[in-house]
Amino acid sequence: MHKPGFLLYLLVMAGVTYLIRMLPLVLVRKKLTNRYVLSFLHYIPYAVLSAMTVPACFYATGNIYSAVAGIGMAIVLAYRGKSLLIVAAGACVAVFFVELLLGVLVPVSA
Amino acid sequence: MKKTLFLRGISDGIPICLGYLSVAFAFGIFSVGSGLSIWESVLISVTNVTSAGQLAGVPIIASGGSLFEMAASQLVINLRYALMSISLSQKLDSSVTLPHRAFIAFVNTDEVFAIASAQEGRIGRTYLYGLILPPFLGWSFGTLLGAAAGDVLPSLLTSALGIAIYGMFIAIVTPQVKRSRAAALCITIAAGLSCLFRFLPVLSEVPSGFVIIVCAVISSAVLAFAAPLELAQEDEDA
Repeated sequence: MHKPGFLLYLLVMAGVTYLIRMLPLVLVRKKLTNRYVLSFLHYIPYAVLSAMTVPACFYATGNIYSAVAGIGMAIVLAYRGKSLLIVAAGACVAVFFVELLLGVLVPVSA
Repeated sequence: MKKTLFLRGISDGIPICLGYLSVAFAFGIFSVGSGLSIWESVLISVTNVTSAGQLAGVPIIASGGSLFEMAASQLVINLRYALMSISLSQKLDSSVTLPHRAFIAFVNTDEVFAIASAQEGRIGRTYLYGLILPPFLGWSFGTLLGAAAGDVLPSLLTSALGIAIYGMFIAIVTPQVKRSRAAALCITIAAGLSCLFRFLPVLSEVPSGFVIIVCAVISSAVLAFAAPLELAQEDEDA
C-alpha cells in the first residue's frame, strides 16, 4: 500500500481538529439538553487522556524506574493542586535525578 | 478601552504560554524522535494547536497509518472541543461575529477555554484575541525549540523532558479524580482497557489511534449511562 504523503496527513489532521472546534462555535446557538450526550462529552476528555497516558507514560523516558518516579511526582504535585507547569516540571526533575543516580550506580555499557 | 481589553487578554494568556512552551518543547522532541523533520513538527503545531491530538497523530504519520485512522483518532480525541465550543458560543457578546468565531475557534484549547469561561459575564473579540495570542506563540516556538534542540541536548535531558507531556495530562486528570468518583472510575476503565490493548496478543496489533478511540468511547459511554451528570452540575462543569 502506498503511504500517504506528509502534507496529506497534515491536511486531514488539522482539518478534522479545526472543524470540530469551529462548527459548534459557528452553528450552535442554543443549549444541548440530552443528559446522556452531555455526560458522554463530559467524560470523554478524561478517558482520552487516561488511555493515552497509561501505559505509554511508563515508556516515555530512558527506563521504567525513572518513569515511575516522574509519574509518582506528577501525581503527588497534581493531587496537591499545583499548576500544569509545576506538575510537568516536577515530573521532569524527578526523572532527571533518578536517571542521574542510576547512571552513577549502574553504568550503562550501551 | 479596546487596548486595555486586549492587554488584559494578553496578560491572562501569558501563564498558558509558559505552560505550553515546556509541553510543546517536549512534543518537538517526541515528534523528531518519532522520525518527523523539524519543520514537519512545527507545521503540525502551528496548524493543530492541541497536545493530545498531536501526540496521537505523530505515531500514525511515523508508522504510515491510514488517513481514515488519522481522521477517526483526531475526531474522537478532540471531540471534547466540540463541547467547549458549544459552551463558549453561549459566552460570546455581539462583537464576536461569524468570521471572528471561525478564527477564534482555531485556538480554543482546553486552557484557553478554561480562562475564557472563568470571565464574568459575556466576552468580546478584543479580549479573546489577546487571550489566544500568547498560547499560540508559546505552542509554536516551544515546538521549534524542542524539535531543534532534541538533537543537541544530552540524552539525560531529552529523556527527562519526555515525561513532561504526560505530567501535564496527569495534572488535568487528577483534580477530576479527587472531585468525582465517577470520573475516577471512568479514568480507571480507560487505563485498564488501554493496558489490555498494549499487552494482550492480537489486541496489541490494533493501531494506536484506534486503541485510544475504543478505550475512551467505551469507558465514557459506560459512565454516561451508569452515572449521568445532574443537569445542575452540568452547568457548573461546562
